Amino acid sequence: MTGLSSSPSMRILTKGNEAICLGAVAAGCRHYYGYPITPQNDIPEYMAAHLPALGGTFLQAESEVATINIMLGTAASGKRVMTSSSGPGISLMQEGLSYMAGSELPAVIVNISRSGPGLGGIAPSQGDYFQAVKGGGHGGYRLIVLAPHSVQEMYALTMLAFDLSDKYRTPAMILGDAIVGQMKEPFIASPYDPASTTGKPWALTGCAGRERKNLKSLHLKDNAIEVHNWKLHEKYERIRRDEARAESYMLDGATIAVVAFGTAARVSKTAIQWARKEGIAAGMLRPITLFPFPEREVFDLARAVDVLLVIEMNTGQMVEDVRRCTPLHDRIAFLGKPCAMPTPEEILERIRQLAGRKG
Amino acid sequence: MRPPAKAGFSKAVYTRPRSLVDVRSHFCPGCHHGTIHKIVAECIDRYGLREKTIGVACVGCSVFLYDYIDVDVVESPHGRAPAVATGVKRAQPDKFVFTYQGDGDLAAIGTSEIIHAANRGENLSVIFVNNTTYGMTGGQMAPTTMLGQKTSTTPYGRDFRGDGYPIRMAELLAGLEGTAYSARVAVSTPAQIRKAKESVRKAFEMQIGGMGLSIVEFLSTCPTNWGMKPLDAQKRVLGEMSEYFPLGVFKERQQADFA
Ligand SMILES: Cc1ncc(C[n+]2csc(CCOP(=O)(O)OP(=O)(O)O)c2C)c(N)n1
Ligand code: SF4
Repeated sequence: MTGLSSSPSMRILTKGNEAICLGAVAAGCRHYYGYPITPQNDIPEYMAAHLPALGGTFLQAESEVATINIMLGTAASGKRVMTSSSGPGISLMQEGLSYMAGSELPAVIVNISRSGPGLGGIAPSQGDYFQAVKGGGHGGYRLIVLAPHSVQEMYALTMLAFDLSDKYRTPAMILGDAIVGQMKEPFIASPYDPASTTGKPWALTGCAGRERKNLKSLHLKDNAIEVHNWKLHEKYERIRRDEARAESYMLDGATIAVVAFGTAARVSKTAIQWARKEGIAAGMLRPITLFPFPEREVFDLARAVDVLLVIEMNTGQMVEDVRRCTPLHDRIAFLGKPCAMPTPEEILERIRQLAGRKG
Repeated sequence: MRPPAKAGFSKAVYTRPRSLVDVRSHFCPGCHHGTIHKIVAECIDRYGLREKTIGVACVGCSVFLYDYIDVDVVESPHGRAPAVATGVKRAQPDKFVFTYQGDGDLAAIGTSEIIHAANRGENLSVIFVNNTTYGMTGGQMAPTTMLGQKTSTTPYGRDFRGDGYPIRMAELLAGLEGTAYSARVAVSTPAQIRKAKESVRKAFEMQIGGMGLSIVEFLSTCPTNWGMKPLDAQKRVLGEMSEYFPLGVFKERQQADFA
């Protein structure tokens, strides 16, 4: 794979993991730290090969604990910084993520997730949904979580992750899995178009010509920690209000709506096409942001269709958020596999059942 | 307010370093953190580093570094200061970066981070405050707690059979290729304070010269958790503590290359 060209849009055939690197580099990320774990090793390997020539730094740290804290230092310096890992490594990063959220530091964390808990297996899975969207670390914070379902999105959502993370001064996560990470397909590498170019006046660069500054998460005096927590809460509410993203797929006149993200959504698209050919009015709402969750869209959709079929590569995690968004719980069905991709045939079969037909 | 200098006594022999914030100390009576802060501030001033310094605060009584040293400071999770400092230095190699860590922080939860930062030869300076206990959490056993020393979690005294031996970090880190400078100092007498300052200067010079990681271990007091009067705490440092933790320079790189 070639390094990044700054020429206008070009078509590139590459792996999802490498598209993340291309997106990061295009978005100005010059600092990557990480620790090897399957199935995301293409990312550190790409960064090790390309960042030095771009004047950046690659560092293989001694652990994920160190990785996230090295990131904390680079983020505090006002630079764009990224890491990538998979479930067990992301667990080790939770301490640092909580500190970064508390200290309001932006960074991009990629989770090319595998199946757990524990060492689990290296099969693709969406079992890290709760960890990603409900916190993971201590103290009650949110990550912005983006879920690409194609190589194109691996590229584009990485750029978006940097922008959103900077805009809200909070860590953002790309939640992928072994399939979107390893699959190869062509994508359009359009040039980076920054959403905002506000500087980082909070960065620590030495106090030349100004008062000293601190970046910290410890708030002992009076009720400073309460004030701080309300401030963070208000920020997460703004993110909720302004940043939810979802794709509507063949929802015109749909009576059965799949709700799925990432690889599960990708496979569902095939099943939905087949179902439509059979005359079943199926469609899909695909959350692109998992936090913020597309709450309004799910609420409206539940009223418009007969069934919401939630499909996940786990035993049921996002389905809890779908239930949270609508009182119409009897319209919600679930199909899950903890350690594998559901096949289009399996999904079609379930759609047929729900449509009252036999296969 | 200090009284105005009397005629004939106008030569200042003792002034507040520019990089030390003029606030009242919150540390316990007889605690050495204040003296160590002053030495660090003086050395920052000496090399004109104040405006290009980023300090990294740790967890423990040392975390309040940012209330006392007049430079940019980022706070790190418990033990991770060398990793955070690595991230700052990699992003801003032209800046002066130091960590300020207690013994629980550096020698227990953060052993991995300090060893690997040192082993990579990160161009950082580490101020390491060894008071043989966890001060902030109320005097529990630290990796540096002396054999026989009673702490709230070694109520019968530290026993090597179950609790292990006190770790000599300055010596341990001196054994790593990437360490440029490693020394142990104390601040219990004026002579020791002068020597300590020399060591911190040397450590800072190592970073300025791009030599690798430099660390100065301070033998320090925690009268509150030791259950001692400040003067007895000084005596403990001068006696028992410096016997097991000898003062001195354990490594001093002469040239920048690692050959
Ligand atoms: C992950 C984590 N574990 C435990 C603590 C609690 N804690 C706060 S300070 C401290 C000990 C610090 O001791 P030391 O580094 O010796 O510093 P001192 O207070 O003596 O200056 C501990 C265990 C914490 N803040 N974070
Ligand atoms: S508890 Fe110990 S280390 Fe902390 S300020 Fe008091 S004397 Fe110093």
